[in-house]
Amino acid sequence: MILAAIALVAFSGAPGVLLGRTSRVGERIATVLLVAGCLLGLGVALGALRTSVLLDLPWAVPGGRLAVRIDALSAVFLLPLFVVAPLGSIYGLEYWAARDHAEDGRKLRLFYGLLAAGIALLLVAGNAVLFLVGWETMALAAFVCVTTEDRLEAVRRAGYVYLVATRIGTLALFAMFAILHQATGSWAFAAPASALGPQAATAVFVLALVGFGTKAGLMPLHVWLPGAHASAPSHVSALMSGVLIKTGIYGLVRVCSFFEQPPLGWGVTLLAVGAVSGVLGVAFAIGQHDLKRLLAYHSVENIGIITMGLGVAMLGRAIGSPVLVALGLAGGLLHVWNHALFKALLFLGAGSVLHATGTRELDELGGLSRRMPRTALAFLFGAVAICGLPPLNGFVSELLIYLGLLRATTTDRLLVAGAIGTPALALIGTLAVACFVKAHGVVFLGSPRSPRGDHAHDPGAAMLAPMGVLGVACAAIGLWPSGVAPAFERAVAAFSSEVAVASGSLEDLAPLRILSVTGAALLALGAVAAALLRRSTSRARAASGPTWDCGYAAPSPRMQYTASSFAQTLVDLFAWALRPVVHPPRVGGLFPQPATFHSHVPDTVLDRAVLPLSRAGARVARWFRWVQHGNVHLYLVYVLSTLVILILVSR
Amino acid sequence: MMPSADLVLVLVLLSNFFLLGSSRLRAIVNGTALQGVLLGALTLLVHHELSLEPILVAVGATAIKAVVIPGMLTRAMREADIRREVEPFIGYVASLLLGAAGTGLAMVYARTLPLAPQHAGSLLVSTSLGTVVTGFLLLTTRRKAITQVAGYLVLENGVFIMGLTLIEAVPFFVEVGVLLDLLVAIFVMGIMLLQISREFASLDTTRLSSLKE
Repeated sequence: MILAAIALVAFSGAPGVLLGRTSRVGERIATVLLVAGCLLGLGVALGALRTSVLLDLPWAVPGGRLAVRIDALSAVFLLPLFVVAPLGSIYGLEYWAARDHAEDGRKLRLFYGLLAAGIALLLVAGNAVLFLVGWETMALAAFVCVTTEDRLEAVRRAGYVYLVATRIGTLALFAMFAILHQATGSWAFAAPASALGPQAATAVFVLALVGFGTKAGLMPLHVWLPGAHASAPSHVSALMSGVLIKTGIYGLVRVCSFFEQPPLGWGVTLLAVGAVSGVLGVAFAIGQHDLKRLLAYHSVENIGIITMGLGVAMLGRAIGSPVLVALGLAGGLLHVWNHALFKALLFLGAGSVLHATGTRELDELGGLSRRMPRTALAFLFGAVAICGLPPLNGFVSELLIYLGLLRATTTDRLLVAGAIGTPALALIGTLAVACFVKAHGVVFLGSPRSPRGDHAHDPGAAMLAPMGVLGVACAAIGLWPSGVAPAFERAVAAFSSEVAVASGSLEDLAPLRILSVTGAALLALGAVAAALLRRSTSRARAASGPTWDCGYAAPSPRMQYTASSFAQTLVDLFAWALRPVVHPPRVGGLFPQPATFHSHVPDTVLDRAVLPLSRAGARVARWFRWVQHGNVHLYLVYVLSTLVILILVSR
Repeated sequence: MMPSADLVLVLVLLSNFFLLGSSRLRAIVNGTALQGVLLGALTLLVHHELSLEPILVAVGATAIKAVVIPGMLTRAMREADIRREVEPFIGYVASLLLGAAGTGLAMVYARTLPLAPQHAGSLLVSTSLGTVVTGFLLLTTRRKAITQVAGYLVLENGVFIMGLTLIEAVPFFVEVGVLLDLLVAIFVMGIMLLQISREFASLDTTRLSSLKE
């Protein structure tokens, strides 16, 4: 049944290809098929939470059996996919409507379905071959989706960087699976801990960290992420940021589950990498001027938080503390859900802004909450959730990871890890608040900075409804965490069976019920305060006049805080890593001429390390250009001489 | 292995030398057609009992290699209006000598291979390797695109002969698939040839190097 669901999703865009370029029928068929497939998959995934689905069919691919295994761990990752993918597809009906995007609409819908199907396939795979098939389908379909608008230079560049990054990641995965295969003699996903020597195990871990970390966007490997997320159409960004990068986390969790007695160093590494990604991710986000790039860097940050949770779980496994495993892993996995929900919500919100104003540049926006009140509300919802503020869902998962880190400080061996991890997580949360105050404030509050927003208005139902659904889901998890807790208990049990018995239920470990009560109380308090405020303001007569401007009589929109001025203090604080580029104005003379000021924060890793290195590599490679001279006959001589040499060697 | 099969194999080797030594394109096309017929006969001869499948493969091979492809090449020749191979990279005598050396080496090499007992004494493997070498020589030393297609065909014939050693093991469908592959490849090359001669007014493949990048 799951295969039928995947097939439905995969070929949802195919009928549309046969129809006309601007056909409304094609896009509706695509959406209906995709939604149907996802509903079917949702049913299977919910069932798989209780009892694992196993399927083993022969397959013509060498070394491959069509082994499907959906345990609770896979199901936890499948659920957000089957929620976000159909919502994105519905959103796309209006956002990337066929009549406005005749040249690339069909291509986008075809590969959107393939992308979702590839993700589903790798999540249900029970052996490495099927996993890699799904992985590559996903990676290549995502490349086509990212380069939907391939007439733009920036989009092509982002797509190219993405393609190179994903190839390198896959290379690491091939090496990793080869080592596992050598040790166990089969491609199936099973615990090879005993069969693998310590060096081989470390090699597997490092390769997994590189391969899966590239996809997830862990800090030094995140280079593809900002460009790709910013360039893709917004509902694709939502799916990529919400679900695709989580496949990297899934792979890490799956590989980590193979090892019952991991060295302490693995957990420490994960925790450190996660903390670095989290802090620097959010720091880069603060420096951005492009709304979608800003959100993309927040993906790096949230992946960092999830990895910290996984790190706590691995530390717990290393010292044999089931409580740490349960708290860390449940927190990390719940954050996977939460991030999928609120980041999809934020990207869809950003897409609505882009749709209405035609720009992602923060400094050209402003005051949109008056023209787009519903979008503003949805974006605010997502912003509160991503900052980890109660009563929304981001708070719950971060609380679980906090609890895990604090528990770690009570043990002697993990005191340092916990004592560094806890403040790092706190720093991430604080900076995230600062960043979203900036993003929401600059886009939706104040007065318009350019005429672009003059005709902006809320989008139609097809775009608003998905945002509404996501917002409600965020609130539901935030207010009733006990409702989803069993799913994560089962996922933790699938990760390591002895933990579930030893650690008890999540309710015992974390005050989930109290969270519901305080959340509800907070809402009630807010409602009462709002009611009181409304009563008091309704009595007073509203007088309209200019805001107080310190005696300066002619304020203009340009005197508001801009995206860079708001963030300047924090950007300067992190200047050692961000390396902001500032073009200061030259002001001179008694009557200075008009001057311009410009600053931006490029991606340090991409611009200062990766690109110079690849340029140097290209220079070296140029020495070998004479081999490729274009003479067909000599190419054939190459083939012949290779053949002869091989024959001679083989003797 | 029957001696008649070895006789045919010797004929194949002779046709290889004929191809290496001739300058007229018409002769080269005819040579490949002859090889096609020989290969069809060979398919029948290496089989111990005649059933439907080898007959079908033989008929198919003869039809494609001796009739269809030479027909296409002749047509291409007529449309592009060329008759002779001029100025090969290596002269005819030299390529004959190289071909003879290659064939000799193939014979020596085939003797050292760990072959199944029923092929050990036959010329099957050495002829196959010799034909492959001939195909490579044609491909690397000739300028005209039609000669190159013929070279590719000869190369493919060599592979086909090698396949005959496995005829009991290889399923019928694989044989047919290989034949179909060949037909499609030649077909595509033929189309490209016509396009190239239309664009460049020449079928000299050395000029293709200006297309690189």
